[in-house]
Amino acid sequence: MTQRGLRTLIVALLLVLTHGIAEAHKPSDSYLKLDVDGASISGQWDIALRDLDAAIGLDSNQDNAITWGEVKAKHAEIAAYALPRLALGPAGAPCVPVLGGQLIDHHSDGAYAVLRFTATCPAAPAILDINYQLFFDIDPQHCGLLNLSSQGETRAAIFCADASAQQFPLSGQSKMAQFADYIAHGAHHIWIGYDHILFLITLLLGTSFQTAQVSIRKAMTESAKVITAFTLSHSLTLGLAATGFLRIPVSLAESLIAATIVAAAVNNIRPFLTRRIWLVALFFGLVHGIGFANVLTDLGLPQQSLLAALLAFNIGVEAGQLVIAAVALPLLLLVARRPAVLAHGLVAANGLIAVIGAAWFSDRVFDTGLMPF
Amino acid sequence: MLALALAAPAVAAPFVPTDEAQVLERLPDRSAVEYRDLKRLRAVAIAEPGNVDAATALADAYYRISRREGDPRYLGYAQAALTRWWDDPDAPTAVLVTRATLLQSSHEFPRALADLGKAIARDPNNARAVLVRATVLTVVGKFDDAEADCERLLGLTRDLYVLLCIASVDAVTGKAQPAKAALERWLAAVPDAAPEDRSWVLSVLGEIAQRQGDAAAEAHFRAALAADPDDLYTLGAYGDWLLEHNRAADVIPLVQDKQRVDALLLRLGLAQTALGLPEAQSTVALLRARFDASRRRGDTVHRREEARFQLLLNGGAPAALRLARDNWTVQREPADLRILAEAARATGDAGALDAVRQWLATTRLEYPAVAELVK
Repeated sequence: MTQRGLRTLIVALLLVLTHGIAEAHKPSDSYLKLDVDGASISGQWDIALRDLDAAIGLDSNQDNAITWGEVKAKHAEIAAYALPRLALGPAGAPCVPVLGGQLIDHHSDGAYAVLRFTATCPAAPAILDINYQLFFDIDPQHCGLLNLSSQGETRAAIFCADASAQQFPLSGQSKMAQFADYIAHGAHHIWIGYDHILFLITLLLGTSFQTAQVSIRKAMTESAKVITAFTLSHSLTLGLAATGFLRIPVSLAESLIAATIVAAAVNNIRPFLTRRIWLVALFFGLVHGIGFANVLTDLGLPQQSLLAALLAFNIGVEAGQLVIAAVALPLLLLVARRPAVLAHGLVAANGLIAVIGAAWFSDRVFDTGLMPF
Repeated sequence: MLALALAAPAVAAPFVPTDEAQVLERLPDRSAVEYRDLKRLRAVAIAEPGNVDAATALADAYYRISRREGDPRYLGYAQAALTRWWDDPDAPTAVLVTRATLLQSSHEFPRALADLGKAIARDPNNARAVLVRATVLTVVGKFDDAEADCERLLGLTRDLYVLLCIASVDAVTGKAQPAKAALERWLAAVPDAAPEDRSWVLSVLGEIAQRQGDAAAEAHFRAALAADPDDLYTLGAYGDWLLEHNRAADVIPLVQDKQRVDALLLRLGLAQTALGLPEAQSTVALLRARFDASRRRGDTVHRREEARFQLLLNGGAPAALRLARDNWTVQREPADLRILAEAARATGDAGALDAVRQWLATTRLEYPAVAELVK
């Protein structure tokens, strides 16, 4: 930058810098009202004309004024821009919105386009997933203010760039549907929780390499002990943390989970903790349970059926875990039966796991960004 | 037309306009100088996504517009221009400085200072980084550190900026007289100064005079506005001076067409209320709706204004004290002290009164009106 250019910049910046920092007006918000009735959701979404103008251009004749005629001419474009940026319902079974009409309203900071729509879900949702993505790409400070009502109960929530996907348990839905939804969320969590999967596989790797040469029967028994121990201990802390008896910060739990992976992998190579892997599962399972509880807390627990939700979520976690074990164990045993693999494979596999665990640990403690997930 | 649209109730029912020519919204005048470069800068930034110079130039351009318009939307657009580096603790130096400039706008002073510290460690002669840091340090009341930064600037940038940097600290640390003299000397010595330079010097002078109860404040504010009629900060400061001197009627034409800016809408509401005008009611409703919305999204940027709103327009002295106190933990300009003192006086809160007294004693800030409030 030239000296002159720099000077001009400094003047421009400083003029406004020293000049009070509190001269802001209202930032960009949208107002989303959703009313859930069984499988049908009626919605009203108020989006500032100024924001829509920045995104798709409403002021067609460039006279710095947006007229009703200009907005009307862009109705199709507004709907095509906004509606795909709001996803209702789970990814696999979305509630598809159909636009009812577009109106105008005034909020405290100007005129808004009002989009009215009706979304129909495949079934009445017991937990409503909402993924909100409006404007975040052009304005990361934009937020959506949600008012959600269902069965006469209203709650508020806010979607910003760092909290764009949220889930809302809906009261008044059938108990069975709610139970099934929590099972699904539990299973989903273990399925996307790479750290839990890796930990489990590490434990199974340990038992199969220890016992596969002895007998398959022995290997199966040891693996069953490991899975049972892991289940018991993480259920315990999941219950304690989800009900609020045990409070551990999310970041600490996440870092400890990464550390358990490293420790378990190293223990497989050189048993510095214990040769009894079910004990490793029992002890470290306590940490993983806290991780599960954090997810459950994010989901929001229905206060009137807390225990049922906890049980259902845990059933989901166990089911997901059994599926993973059922796939991984035969493969591990198959490999571990080969003496040639046993010698080098043990060190190589566990070494790799320890490195991945250490990278997670470093990301979670020092924010190093080594791992893509 | 605009006034009519804005005067509509804060929460009306949605409607379908009947006239296609009806103007629903006014946009900022994009033929203004700040917008002219924007198109070009945006094109360059899009064409070269990893180009640090292009990205920071675009973000800086948005930042300037956000200050000009008083619209935080542009801070969001500026952040988007830096997306690639926004969460990167080791971003390039130019990004650190621009990011810090944006962060201080959202009152994220500790994060801004961290970025600036890193930038200055890498490049000790980065005049902009040092200037921005001095400003932030002054706002948060760390005057010794601010002064050290001002002195560091000697030879790095224009003498005027060094002068303004030091005068801004002196003005709030018991050296208002020398600060005033130095600024007046500069005005006399540089009669053909650029309007933006003059406006800046005059508004600092205006504020010093305002705190000292010197009637010269009005002349300074008016001269500053003559040099730069749209300066939102000076409009607010002059508006406060007029309100303080029972001249509410003069406030209304000053801020009438700037109602988008919360701080100026607040002055309008105060003036309308002082005059007993019927419009006061809808202005107060509008302010309440805006503060409600910002509270819903968890914003804390407006606490100084909201405290004044609570105390003077909403009859909520305890709420005002809470807001003024929270605000005081973040920023410590004379205006922040004043609302804290007013709220403390209204509630008789001994702790807050004491905090104000202590601040006056330790910083030696010359502000008789505040001293009177906590006597």
